[in-house]
Amino acid sequence: MTPVSKPASVAALAPSLIARLREIAGSENVLTEPEDLIPYGFDGTAALKHGAACVVMPQTSQAVASVLRFAVAEGIPVVTRGSGTGLSGGSVPVDGGIVLALVHLNRILEVDPANLTLLAEAGVITKAIDDAALPHGLFYPPDPGSMKISTIGGNVANNSGGLRGLKYGVTRDYVMGMEVVLPDGDLAWLGSKCVKDVAGYSMKDLFVGSEGTLGIITKVLLKLVPRPKARRTLLASFDSMEAAARSVSRIIERQIIPCTLEFLDRKTCQSVEDYAKVGLPTEAAAVVLMETDGHLAVVEDEAASMEAIARECGAISVEKAADEAHAVRLATARRSAFSALARIRPTTILEDVTVPRSHLAEIVAFVEEVAARHRLQIATFGHFGDGNVHPTILTDETDADEMERVHLALGEIFEKTIELGGTITGEHGVGLAKKPFLPGQFDEASYRLMRQVKRSLDPAGLLNPGKIFDLEESRA
Amino acid sequence: MSVSPANHRVLRHMGDLDYSVVQQCMHCGMCLPSCPTYLETRRERNSPRGRISLMRAIADGELEVTREFGEEMYYCLGCLACTTACPAGVDYPKLFEHARAEIEAQDVLFTPGRRFWRWLTLRQIFAKPWMLRSVGRLLWLYQASGLCFLVRKSGLLRILPANLRDLEPSTPPIQRRFSEDLIREIEMPARRRFRVGMLTGCVQDLVFSDVNRDTVEVLLENECEVVTPRDQGCCGSLHAHNGDLEQAAVQARRLLDQFDLASLDAVITNAAGCGSHLKHFSNLLGDDPVYADRAREWDRKARDVSQWLVEIGFRKPVGESRETVRMTYHEACHLCHGQGISREPREVLRSVPGLEFIELENATHCCGSAGVYNITQPEQAGKLQREKAACIAKTGAGLVTTANPGCHLQIQNAVGEGVEVRHPVSLLAAAYRAEKGGAK
Repeated sequence: MTPVSKPASVAALAPSLIARLREIAGSENVLTEPEDLIPYGFDGTAALKHGAACVVMPQTSQAVASVLRFAVAEGIPVVTRGSGTGLSGGSVPVDGGIVLALVHLNRILEVDPANLTLLAEAGVITKAIDDAALPHGLFYPPDPGSMKISTIGGNVANNSGGLRGLKYGVTRDYVMGMEVVLPDGDLAWLGSKCVKDVAGYSMKDLFVGSEGTLGIITKVLLKLVPRPKARRTLLASFDSMEAAARSVSRIIERQIIPCTLEFLDRKTCQSVEDYAKVGLPTEAAAVVLMETDGHLAVVEDEAASMEAIARECGAISVEKAADEAHAVRLATARRSAFSALARIRPTTILEDVTVPRSHLAEIVAFVEEVAARHRLQIATFGHFGDGNVHPTILTDETDADEMERVHLALGEIFEKTIELGGTITGEHGVGLAKKPFLPGQFDEASYRLMRQVKRSLDPAGLLNPGKIFDLEESRA
Repeated sequence: MSVSPANHRVLRHMGDLDYSVVQQCMHCGMCLPSCPTYLETRRERNSPRGRISLMRAIADGELEVTREFGEEMYYCLGCLACTTACPAGVDYPKLFEHARAEIEAQDVLFTPGRRFWRWLTLRQIFAKPWMLRSVGRLLWLYQASGLCFLVRKSGLLRILPANLRDLEPSTPPIQRRFSEDLIREIEMPARRRFRVGMLTGCVQDLVFSDVNRDTVEVLLENECEVVTPRDQGCCGSLHAHNGDLEQAAVQARRLLDQFDLASLDAVITNAAGCGSHLKHFSNLLGDDPVYADRAREWDRKARDVSQWLVEIGFRKPVGESRETVRMTYHEACHLCHGQGISREPREVLRSVPGLEFIELENATHCCGSAGVYNITQPEQAGKLQREKAACIAKTGAGLVTTANPGCHLQIQNAVGEGVEVRHPVSLLAAAYRAEKGGAK
């Protein structure tokens, strides 16, 4: 088999610039050897990479500001990075640029149980936030798949989602304030601990999901909520996606908002069964994992209703967890979905198109049809409650012919998503991977607005340039 | 991994690998929080996906096999925690072994001292059973005669390199009698259900021959006839993990010659580091015209002792203990990550009367022993050892169990005299003996 990647041509930084960076950030925090740089050439996105000219790992917000001030003065592009688990290429380096890795900004500065807030530096691991909330009986709900290693700064910059979106919302819903390094090197504090705060523009919201293109988030003030006391888990199998969708709609019509409503399609069910042998019915075309949390009496009641609804809608089987261990067992199918799929072929491309919930069965069927037409293996799983689906393309990036078909299929899936009133990315961000497809979703006025915002904050275009969209209109 | 046209150098060992092995890594980053060296530095090159990206860069002709790459691959513990964390099933052990072999083939870490020590240990002491035992006897004499006390006092140790000098006090206590003095070539149970081969190992043979004896007794209690060929020597795990795949193949062939596989239901090891290696002899000998079939049969039959006991439904010892001992269990990396065996040793331990089992925090984290890592990278190994000791102290256990000689010694050195370290099988053997009114 022939490797795909060609030797990368990386524009190096002049030795005098490197020397000054070492002075500013501390020599031990500046990496320049090829063995150090190659591993920063990618993030969690398949088939995207580019060499970095240098990596800087600052220890404080002040150091971030100093590095940025220097970079802007010298006209060097800067790509900010947390743990590099992004799924759209947002933190892939740009030519001749600095990679600013914030993993050393990893202190939790305050947990405030009186105001239900937590203040953390940007490089704190997402899971560590929830772990710090736990002893206070508090809860940080957003749980992206990479939460064991993703950083909170990266989550905020990408407005990450997770499995609990339907009931608890996404990262944005928990950001009350932040410290941002602006491209001129100044530190700005945005937002406050106040539940109500309408002083001026809600600038923090501009930075949530900005993918490192407007400023560098160095601290985040987060909202916490009371930790639910009880949880009940059910697993239902259906012989069609339509039946599963019917039952999900009916659950929501009956005004039950489960914290989890996750589904697997037929192909995913088969792969999971081959890999983990969890005992899914062989005729299952859709498996739905449902979870309700909150007060004990309420969750009992809701679990019973969900079970009844699933049966009304023709579930082949419904299993309700008797205890915590049983619940973990039921969740195994959903939790092994990605692992089961990722083993099948050398390259795994994970998408995250999102449609209004009522169109979910339709988009899943469409993906199946596209896969058959382009002779591709595509399995779909995801978040039923919020219409966020993960068509997962199992392929081989070294097979040029197959990759051509992958791109055709992706284009069609994005087109259909937009036609159904959806979005090409629900939780991964645009980055590089989805940049070519964004114009289909945005009208010209929206594009112009984004460019105006970008130009006014980052006139030199040095912060994560070329991500989300290009500044030049012709390339839009 | 095939080499790109741009890459004119010949990769001897990494060239043997299919490119898809390195391509299987989708660099999602799920391995990062499991990797002890990444957690130490937070630098990508010190992480599994970072190391794989370097291997891929070498295969793609973007990077030479450099000294820096060599040092990176020896900074890796080879603990395989990343393989448990990996959603895509990347065969990291294979990548790790071939990368180290390539580093040795290109000799990028060459120093005269390193070459000598590697020759002495890999090609002499651990290649020849008689030599290993002679070294063992000498060490035993040195320790038993009190000479070690004199040497320590005399300052003679100053002639040794610093890292070896620091290690001298923790030289493992050698047993007076080795496995062959304790185990007959064939031992028959009262009633026979199975016939198994017994691996005596190298370190296990010299330092823990009592664990080998206990293993045989437990197997006999469970109706297994035990065949223990003489002069076994090292299984080659040490060689494979340290970049000497050629010698590893020699060691594997020797073992295949010694065991009459067709007559055996299983080949049993009680050392995790050996088990995780010797279940993959076909990786070494898959293309060998003479040994390939036997290597595959061997892979099918190789079992960790706890795995085998659970598989055959081992007999739970009866009786109760007057006192309860608080015990915890450290999972050897090459058992839990290397072989996916976590449940079975616990099942063995829970069957032993008189034990209060407290789970160890971070039980699957490496203790820093990692083969010869505590010799080659004493600083990082020491950090992991102290973390492990702190977790053990939190349990309040007076007894720690683990199923690998390296971990056993590393933990014994960490916890000191007050805490006992045992192999789970030894506790089971003691429980069987206690049934008969025998000594623990």
